[in-house]
Amino acid sequence: MSLEVIENYLPMFGDAFLLTVKIGWIGIVLAFVLGIGCAFALYYKVPFLSFIVKCYIELFRNTPLLVQLFFIYYGLPAVGIRISVQVCGILGLGLLGGSYMAESIRSGLDAVPLIQTESALSLGMTKWQIFRLIIWPQAFGMSVPGLVANVIFLLKETSVFSAISLMDLMFTAKDLIGLHYNTTESLFLLVLFYILMLLPVSFAGSYIEKKARFGMFGE
Amino acid sequence: MGIEVIFKGKNLLRLLEGLGAAMKISLISVIISIVLGIVLGMLMASKRPMINLILRIYLEIVRIMPQMVLLFIVFFGFTKLTGLNLSAETAALIVFSFWGSAEMADLVRGCLISIPPIQYESSQALGLSRIQTYIYVIIPQIVRRLLPLSINLITRMIKTTSLVMMIGIVEVLKVGQQIIEANRKSAPNAAFGVFAVIFLLYFLVCWPISCLSKYLEKKWAN
Repeated sequence: MSLEVIENYLPMFGDAFLLTVKIGWIGIVLAFVLGIGCAFALYYKVPFLSFIVKCYIELFRNTPLLVQLFFIYYGLPAVGIRISVQVCGILGLGLLGGSYMAESIRSGLDAVPLIQTESALSLGMTKWQIFRLIIWPQAFGMSVPGLVANVIFLLKETSVFSAISLMDLMFTAKDLIGLHYNTTESLFLLVLFYILMLLPVSFAGSYIEKKARFGMFGE
Repeated sequence: MGIEVIFKGKNLLRLLEGLGAAMKISLISVIISIVLGIVLGMLMASKRPMINLILRIYLEIVRIMPQMVLLFIVFFGFTKLTGLNLSAETAALIVFSFWGSAEMADLVRGCLISIPPIQYESSQALGLSRIQTYIYVIIPQIVRRLLPLSINLITRMIKTTSLVMMIGIVEVLKVGQQIIEANRKSAPNAAFGVFAVIFLLYFLVCWPISCLSKYLEKKWAN
């Protein structure tokens, strides 16, 4: 391993790192918004919409991101829908993540016993009050472990972006290995930057999990 | 829409063969992972500080490193380091077993420590031998908790094996690309049809398995 090579490669990996982080987190935010929307549609059993949401969740939970990206990036332009590679990455990650987030949030919502809603109704609370004060705080606390696991999973999945020639960490490493055959240095930097990206999230995740635990009613 | 390309000649058969190549890799690594994972999980649940520390580090590596990075490290790094030529299939099997075993071990550990110690004590008080305790009391409970979770892991492993395309194994996505290339002139929008079919194929493989997992989970709840 030569330090000189690592020094030369560092700026390239730095750029790729920023791009990966940017696309990863935008995708995760999109996934979260989508997930909340879908979970509510399922929880409140919105007619027709909940059926579509169910199909969407099953479809995207049971296919690999790589296949989804290939479909969006190579398949859609064939029928006239053209999307830039970065938007494609964000969209792919958002759609995949949305289905996982929806499941986590929905299971949190389902875990709040129905009797609490009924009790709140009998106390004269409005629907919005019940949601804001009773259901959401408990449901969110319970879905946090799942959500954290999803965030880590989605950040890991960003490595798949290289398949559609997005200049992410993986792509840069592959490119440099092909160009100069400095395999050891490239792989070292690749691992280093992924640790940099995921270790803080992993630690923050366990911290948030501890903080977000709401005591359930009656515990 | 480019769907007709699929039914031309042996294209559908070739796609299925490609899917089979990916499934073969996932099936072998699933079997290795389950066996290794159960052993490692039992080791983790037993209280041996040194082994626990090593396994924790192993688990954390797998938790943080994307499978694709592991794949690259084994496929490119190993070759460079030792000068030996590692086939892409072997590299894929090593990586997916390495990853799957860690995930499985974590599930097994979780199930083992969820059994309260009072059950062991009660069994002893009832005069059951160690082996009887495991056969009649512990293992039935563990199987019920573990089975849905490990079936879920299988679908995740099947989905992840699609990555092997990136180290040059000819599987369903690669075959799809070849078909699109070959029909560039006659069907310029074949990409849509081919990738839509691959999307559907993966769904048809994974969906029944995750339904089974959900069904078992519901059936054995509490």
